[in-house]
Amino acid sequence: MSNKNIGDYLRRFSVPIMFVIICAVCAPISGLSPSYLANEIVTRMGRNAFLILSLLIPIMAGMGLNFSMTLGAMAGEIGLILVCDWQIVGIPGMVLAMIISIPISALLGLFCGKVLNMAKGREMITSYIISFFINGIYQLVVLYLMGPVIPIKHSTIKLPRGYGVRNTVSLLSMRQKLDNLIPLSIAGVKIPVATFIIVFILCLVIIWFRKTKLGQDMRAVGQDMEVAKDAGIDVERTRIISMVLSTVFAGIGMIIYLQNMGNIATYSSHSQIGMFCIAALLVGGASVDKASIGNVFLGIILFHTMFIVAPKAGTVITGDSMIGEYFRVFVSYAVITVALIMYETNKRKNKSRASAQLALEQEEEVNG
Amino acid sequence: MGKAPLLEMKNIKKDFFGNQVLTDINLTLKEGEVIGLCGENGAGKSTLMKILFGADVIRETGGYGGDIILNGEKVSFQSPFDAIAKGIGMVHQEFSLIPGFTATENILLNRESKKKSVLSDLFSDRMDTLDRKDMDTRAAEAIKKMGVNIDQNMLTSNMPVGHKQFTEIARELSKEQLKLLILDEPTAVLTEKEAEALLESIRGMSKRGIAVIFITHRLGEILSVCDRVITMRDGYVVNESETKDTSIAEITKWMVGRDVEGSDADYVTEDTGVNKKIVMSIRKLWVDMPGETVRNVNLDVREGEILGIGGLAGQGKLGIPNGVMGLYQAGGTVTFDGIDIPLNNPRRCLDSSFAFVSEDRRGVGLLLDESLEWNISFPAMQIQDKFLKKYLGGLIKWRDDAAIKEVTDKYIDELKIKCTSSTQKAKELSGGNQQKVCLAKAFALEPKLLFVSEPTRGIDVGAKALVLDALKKFNKEKGVTIVMVSSELEELRRTCDRIAIVSGGKVSGILPAGEQLEKFGELMLQNC
Amino acid sequence: MSEQTTKNTFQDKVKKVAEEFGLPRLIITGFLVLLLVISPFVGADLPTQISNIINRFSWNGILVLAMVPMVHSGCGLNFGLPLGIISGLLGATLSIELGFTGPVSFFMAALLATPFALVFGSVYGWLLNKIKGGEMMIATYVGFSSVSLMCMMWLLLPYHSPNMVWGMAGKGLRTTISLEGYYTQALAKILQINIGNLSIPTGALLFFALLAFLMWAFLHTKTGTAMTAVGSNPEFARSAGINVNKIRLISVVMSTWLAAIGILVYEQGFGFIQLYMAPFYMALPAVSAILIGGASVNKASIMNVIIGTILFQGIVTMTPTVMNNMIHLDMSEVIRIIVSNGMILYALTRKTEGAK
Repeated sequence: MSNKNIGDYLRRFSVPIMFVIICAVCAPISGLSPSYLANEIVTRMGRNAFLILSLLIPIMAGMGLNFSMTLGAMAGEIGLILVCDWQIVGIPGMVLAMIISIPISALLGLFCGKVLNMAKGREMITSYIISFFINGIYQLVVLYLMGPVIPIKHSTIKLPRGYGVRNTVSLLSMRQKLDNLIPLSIAGVKIPVATFIIVFILCLVIIWFRKTKLGQDMRAVGQDMEVAKDAGIDVERTRIISMVLSTVFAGIGMIIYLQNMGNIATYSSHSQIGMFCIAALLVGGASVDKASIGNVFLGIILFHTMFIVAPKAGTVITGDSMIGEYFRVFVSYAVITVALIMYETNKRKNKSRASAQLALEQEEEVNG
Repeated sequence: MGKAPLLEMKNIKKDFFGNQVLTDINLTLKEGEVIGLCGENGAGKSTLMKILFGADVIRETGGYGGDIILNGEKVSFQSPFDAIAKGIGMVHQEFSLIPGFTATENILLNRESKKKSVLSDLFSDRMDTLDRKDMDTRAAEAIKKMGVNIDQNMLTSNMPVGHKQFTEIARELSKEQLKLLILDEPTAVLTEKEAEALLESIRGMSKRGIAVIFITHRLGEILSVCDRVITMRDGYVVNESETKDTSIAEITKWMVGRDVEGSDADYVTEDTGVNKKIVMSIRKLWVDMPGETVRNVNLDVREGEILGIGGLAGQGKLGIPNGVMGLYQAGGTVTFDGIDIPLNNPRRCLDSSFAFVSEDRRGVGLLLDESLEWNISFPAMQIQDKFLKKYLGGLIKWRDDAAIKEVTDKYIDELKIKCTSSTQKAKELSGGNQQKVCLAKAFALEPKLLFVSEPTRGIDVGAKALVLDALKKFNKEKGVTIVMVSSELEELRRTCDRIAIVSGGKVSGILPAGEQLEKFGELMLQNC
Repeated sequence: MSEQTTKNTFQDKVKKVAEEFGLPRLIITGFLVLLLVISPFVGADLPTQISNIINRFSWNGILVLAMVPMVHSGCGLNFGLPLGIISGLLGATLSIELGFTGPVSFFMAALLATPFALVFGSVYGWLLNKIKGGEMMIATYVGFSSVSLMCMMWLLLPYHSPNMVWGMAGKGLRTTISLEGYYTQALAKILQINIGNLSIPTGALLFFALLAFLMWAFLHTKTGTAMTAVGSNPEFARSAGINVNKIRLISVVMSTWLAAIGILVYEQGFGFIQLYMAPFYMALPAVSAILIGGASVNKASIMNVIIGTILFQGIVTMTPTVMNNMIHLDMSEVIRIIVSNGMILYALTRKTEGAK
């Protein structure tokens, strides 16, 4: 019995353990100093935590990994672009950008939730395609409508041709304003206290949310839609709400992420964000149907350590800097692939385990 | 007395698309009374309960006739939620529980205790937080009411099956308005001890003034716990008695008994084939078919006969053909013509000249999106290389569409399949014609042994006769041995030579088709 | 009276055709026709446009055809197409590395790609059999993982041909490799027809026709029939003694092999081998093309492939020129993204007919 438990635990934490090993091997090879590493990880923690936390709610509602969190990211970018053009700087600018992003995120989340309700059972592939589809719409808005329809004044943002937004929008006026709001540095490690406070508040909100009626309903819907429906829970609405919440949080998370980066890559910032966030969450030991706040933070530490050390280590070993770059991209995809495969096979294993049990019982009965 | 009864159902009628399933049902129930409801499958018990519980399927199929009067007030439930609000609770055969929730959470599913939170005024009351403490007390109360102890903090997925059942019952009991509880075969999944505890808790409920309608095949339980027993057959209430005045034997008789006088059916009354060769023998067969578990079946099939397999639903009769044909995990030995047939391998069964007409017509029996031609010819093509043209010395096996059309037209003609052409899609046919297509598919294989499972389920009377006649003809003319599984005893008696009755996953007896009905009834209820 | 009824039935017929054809498809067809009609008025040369469409059809047709077997066997849309493409790329680079030139290099590339496609396809098919029901998502990520793994491999594998490796380092393959002197236009040049601005790559079209015919023929054999039945209702197939997993495996291997050949044909038309991240998003255009052609998640025919590829490539090639000439605004990329992904979304959200 205990043996089996250990096996189960090992399997559950196989991905984090694998990452601990990768990091432990690569970190010394990379030759990066511990203080540099610590600084980088703390920075990335502040940068990414909010975004990754936004993934938790759809997992709770049984909708799997929310590949369409990029929708929120796009909404956040639109907010920031507008605020930049209006030249509202610093923290007020960020707050305003968030306020602008929220209705856009909510609308996109609503759309996404409705579409996913039509594609029950294949939420993930659908949400993945939605992110591409909305990316098309986003490009339409940012590349063609910004200028003639949505007024954009400043030439630093506008493309020289007179409409559309430049490839990069500088956020110099907001750069790390939130991170540096409360300056603190411990042993040479700069700590973005204000960002951490906001992340901490979101964690509290999520913990509290789990205790609400809505949170309970989401758990019920996530585990068995039919039973939840029979008990009178409005399944479709609950699922839509979970998507809206996730998208709105992702939008705010993206603004925090970009204020740290200091500029927006208008057409590519959001496109990879979903993949990296999901990979980080999975590296932290989450699965398609189960994820906790602990997974988020463990995931950020392990995934980003790998992210920082892999290219360096790759360069040291092979003398080619690209190897490490490709390696970390490969690992991100591989982690998601493995997690998806484990999720699907576990579903099947549970079923066949039940039937094996029955067969055994009957065998005993017949023979005994 | 003088007090109005809790529930009165008057002249309840129901038909599904012209097929009368309930006729003039009258039923009254007093506060705290326990009545037992029994009858064969298809007698109309479930339909009656669905009407009472306001199930969606009733409304979708055109509603019902007659009145339901609850507490002196005429009611017509639009959904189960209306019924629940009026104090009716129902525990279904299938569990309706969230696996990752504790007993408490499941008992109070969507009726959790809540505390106001800051955001609930701002948004909706779904932002209220849960009051875990109060939930624990309420769940504990409900469990106490039930009188059976279960661990209220245990996750449902870790519970033994009996405790899941009790959790469901506790959920109903936790509803304060509950006045009438319907239990649909609750003891089927319980161990003997648990079943005894459940009966005790029913007595307790009755003392608290909760009326109970108890549906079960275990007649002993009815006698021990119910005040009255109502027996249904073919959509009628055939008897209503005080339990103290009756016996298991009597109830069995009511359940299966029919007015045989005047019927012109000729039954095979004697077992004439004792000396015939045994063509297939099944030993120690177990089959893991959900809901139709076969535990230990020994059965011999004689050459050229039609063997019927009957029994109540859920007792395992459907598991036998499905297990032998390899569609569900099975164990044991099956020999045919002296050769061992490996289990769990449909291909080997078909190679041994078996054929199977599944009870799950739409799920297993047909390619709904494909033409009749494909449906009828497919197994014969794949198994026996029929309807193929071979080129390059058999390297290329080309589908011979002309031969396929020919054979399809032959069976359309022979079985009178109503269709526009042989290329019509199977999903566009009516149930009866779909069933004929399934038969044609099996006939095209020209089997030595044919399993037919529920051949008349869900098809109209005319098609029924055609299907059964076709089977008889196939048996007589081609000498094919047929094993036919059906829930309808009468149909088995008219078609078969012998009938094996399955109960509790075992064969409880084999009788000649013309044997008295009571004897079949006894066998059916033997191991339930 | 009778006129009324015939009119009604005619209307019904039109309605039925529209329904079968599907609204999105109707809109796309209408859009393409509109583009073709207005193109001469905005100064675009119609013959050039048409030969563009035909050429791009000949490049992409086989990649779209690769979708068919897996849809037939019920594995869904093959989002894992990049895996097959990688097999093709391995074949292409090996053929050049081994020193083959001219049209022979195309033949050798196809030959060398085949064992890779068979091995990768088998492993991929085995995996998909383990996770029935979740194929599409996992296929997507299997594709991504394999592409990013190969990114490392292109750098590490010991290629030496000076035409392929980075000049400075002398190792590691370049991101784009010119096929000049190898098999550029190898198929297209065969029997090529040139009339004014209209040029038809007859050989490439014939090659597509050959593979499409073979696919059509396969679907008419015993195994092909079994494949369709497995996709239509796996339970039915199982009860008829079919080894469902084996059939699915065959379909995946076929799809992977077709993708490998498909990318080679694409390259001979395009004139370059694109490595590294290039195969990454190649599945999506192929998926949406077959859906635009009228396929659904579990039904597809050769006709769907042909119509879909023409429509999809038509829109991709026509919109930039027409739009540019008309309003001096190149929205083609955005339109392509919205149309192709919108089409996939539409297919995913439609309830699959029949038993499922």
